Amino acid sequence: MGTLFSAPDDHFQDLSEKTGFSPEQIQILHKRFKQLSNEEDLLRRDDFNNIPDLACNPIRTQIIEAFFDKRNFRQNAVGSVEEISFEQFVVVMSHFRPVPLHNMTEEQRERMRREKLRFLFNMHDTDNDGTITLEEYKHVVEELLSRSGAIGKETAKGIADAAMLEVASITVGRMNPEDFYEGITFDHFLKILKDIEIETKMHIRFQNNACALC
Amino acid sequence: MCRWQWDVGLVMLIVMSNALPACDGGTAAVALNGTQRQWNGTERTPFQHDHANNSKKTFPVLGFNYDHVRTHFQISLWILLAFLMKLGLQLIPRLSCIVPESCLLIVVGLFVGLVIQVVGEEPPVLDSEFFFLCLLPPIILDAGYFLPLRPFMENLGTILMFAVLGTLWNAFFVGGILYGVCRLDSAHLAGVDLLACLLFGSMVSAVDPVAVLAVFEEIHINELLFVLVFGESLLNDAVTVVLYHLLEEYAGVGSVSAQDVGLGVLSFLVVSLGGVLVGVIFAVMAAFTSRFTLHNRVIEPLFVFLYSYMAYLSAEVFHLSGIMALIACGATMHPYVEANVSHKSHTTIKYFLKMWSSVSETLIFIFLGVSTVAGPHLWNWTFVTVTILLCLVSRVLGVVGLTFIINKFRVIKLTTKDQFIVAYGGLRGAIAFSLGFLLEKEHFPMRNLFLTAIITLIFFTVFVQGMTIRPLVDLLAVKRKQDSKHSINEEIHTQVLDHLLTGVAHVCGHYGHHHWRDKLTRLDKQYVKKWLIAGQRSEEPQLIAFYRTLAVNQALELLESGGEMLPSAGPSTNSLQTLKSKTQENDQSLARISKDRKEEIRRILRTNLQSTEQKLHSYSQHTQDEAWTLRVLHRKQAEMGRKMSIFLADAAKLQVSPVQHRSRLASAPQIYNSRP
Repeated sequence: MGTLFSAPDDHFQDLSEKTGFSPEQIQILHKRFKQLSNEEDLLRRDDFNNIPDLACNPIRTQIIEAFFDKRNFRQNAVGSVEEISFEQFVVVMSHFRPVPLHNMTEEQRERMRREKLRFLFNMHDTDNDGTITLEEYKHVVEELLSRSGAIGKETAKGIADAAMLEVASITVGRMNPEDFYEGITFDHFLKILKDIEIETKMHIRFQNNACALC
Repeated sequence: MCRWQWDVGLVMLIVMSNALPACDGGTAAVALNGTQRQWNGTERTPFQHDHANNSKKTFPVLGFNYDHVRTHFQISLWILLAFLMKLGLQLIPRLSCIVPESCLLIVVGLFVGLVIQVVGEEPPVLDSEFFFLCLLPPIILDAGYFLPLRPFMENLGTILMFAVLGTLWNAFFVGGILYGVCRLDSAHLAGVDLLACLLFGSMVSAVDPVAVLAVFEEIHINELLFVLVFGESLLNDAVTVVLYHLLEEYAGVGSVSAQDVGLGVLSFLVVSLGGVLVGVIFAVMAAFTSRFTLHNRVIEPLFVFLYSYMAYLSAEVFHLSGIMALIACGATMHPYVEANVSHKSHTTIKYFLKMWSSVSETLIFIFLGVSTVAGPHLWNWTFVTVTILLCLVSRVLGVVGLTFIINKFRVIKLTTKDQFIVAYGGLRGAIAFSLGFLLEKEHFPMRNLFLTAIITLIFFTVFVQGMTIRPLVDLLAVKRKQDSKHSINEEIHTQVLDHLLTGVAHVCGHYGHHHWRDKLTRLDKQYVKKWLIAGQRSEEPQLIAFYRTLAVNQALELLESGGEMLPSAGPSTNSLQTLKSKTQENDQSLARISKDRKEEIRRILRTNLQSTEQKLHSYSQHTQDEAWTLRVLHRKQAEMGRKMSIFLADAAKLQVSPVQHRSRLASAPQIYNSRP
């Protein structure tokens, strides 16, 4: 139990109520925030380069972008920012909070699922037009295969094609040969990922005590 | 009904074959050691020449020597009988809906045992060696090779808690309280001491993988619960082995010291980790061998089976846990072998494993039934009823107590419904019986008492719990297994999610199980795959491998569903015209279909051809096996022509309605025009 008196506790209390984290978890996140931002109050994109493990991650750019994406701040805004405050950091993190699912009703679960899938959708829909086009999807697949060199680039197109085809067949059903499938809307996205049960998978453990964070 | 007559006839045949030595004429000895053959002067096989005997005997055109094939004949007959019974049971669909197959097979075994006993022969008992060395390995290998590794690993902590602590709790609770009951004078069980009771407790405490598989596979429960109960049944083998050997050794002596208990704990670690290690070593050898089978595809499945069986036997040599070795071997070698073997070998491995495990399972249940009739029984009401009651109570208490502790560490908590299914699904089976059978009569005078109680417990769990679990699952509305095939979208997003969670965890500074999983995957990719996977596939990322398998499977499905492939994009009416000329001889039957039905069929075929052609065009451009796919297409084209004519002729004969045609043909999803 560390003694972190460096930030006002009532501010944390507000945040805790708003995001659902416990006050201890908020304190730990605050400590991490300060660590990443070199004791400043705002976090920039370059600060994420200080995390060595993130460098091996194939979708690191998308993850970093997600932190600076206004759509994830739950304020119904769009666009992206250059630097974020601690509050915005915590709000983005709250998308990954584990939820007590067995106490929830079916519609609460559905709401959680929508929220989490919305986060994923925003990650892919970079131009924020409400649909994931073939180009954007191809970009996602390319990033996943980014360490396979030339093979990756060619097959990415094929895989993206096949994936879009599948989405079209599941969501739209029978189409005439002349029809063109525009892109994956959020509803279609929900439909095709209905079986993944994302509300049980998309979470990470947040520590409750200050021991393991060095 | 004729099936039953067949089966009864086969039973008679088995009985007679058992009784045949009596009428064979005395001195005929079976040539199992291969060297000497003695036979009666009156019977000669057609193959032997008797140079020493000078008297002229007429050359026997037909001979009879049953003895030299007797063992093999009997084994084959048993297996044949078992499966004809199984087929026969399928003919009564109402029965197989209510009663799980394992129950029916035990009843069949009882019936066969009764028949054999009535005839006057000695019914064969389930020999423990035969069980552990021949019947059990195929089932475990099948389970291990196709183990859903990801849910298993994610829930490993929970599974281990149930397997180790749960089994220990069961053993000591049942053993201890039984001992208390035995001390009561009214039970007439004075001869049973504490260690014997604990030994009995250890035998009945373990959940049996065969019984669990048999019942759970039929109720299609969701993956999490299946993995929990089944994983527990597999991993508790180590606990059972150690407890059983420890108590068996010391029950003779009469007391166990603290040092022995300490050694027991150490032994447990050695047994379980050693078993896993043996399994992994053999798995690596198997994967490495499969790397070089490029020019010898036919023997590929053999390596999988042999290495796994050797892993099991090697573990048994050192008294390590054979089941854990087999599971570790199958689960570890699976990804590497799958990347190396051909498509046909993959199918062969899968179907051989399923076939053998099916044989084993059927034989186990039938033999359980037969052994019930055969075995020496000592019935004691108190002992048996207390056993059953205690097992139920201890299982429920154990599951509830452990879940309470486990839920503190789990993110997805186990609900009451889940706990109920886990507790109720703890079935006991043939392993408990075989362990009981292994006890020696000299050291354990109460062996028959134990065996009777074990059999009654098995019957109770398999019949009562096995039959009622399906309606209970329906009643409680427990989530069922989703049958959906893993689509490419799900695969992409599962990978995205994995990387996303790992990344966010790193941002948080948290080194949890995402981090270690990611690290393990990367190490595997960098080092292990290079050694164990042949050629280019070792470099292939998982997504591309998945996509390729998916494309190939879908191409095969489309080809087999009755569409015809044309390499050119020409109109399909041409092809139908050429086909029609080939079917001139079937014209008479064709004329019987009404004209508009023919038109309907043609229209369906045409649209189907268009769609499948375009779809395949989109796939085949980008798969790495493009050449292969096109070769297959060309080869199948000729076959399709033939099939199409047969199809049209059949349709004429059957007068099938267009709706049925449509449902049969429209297996391909509709098209998507991709603009470059």
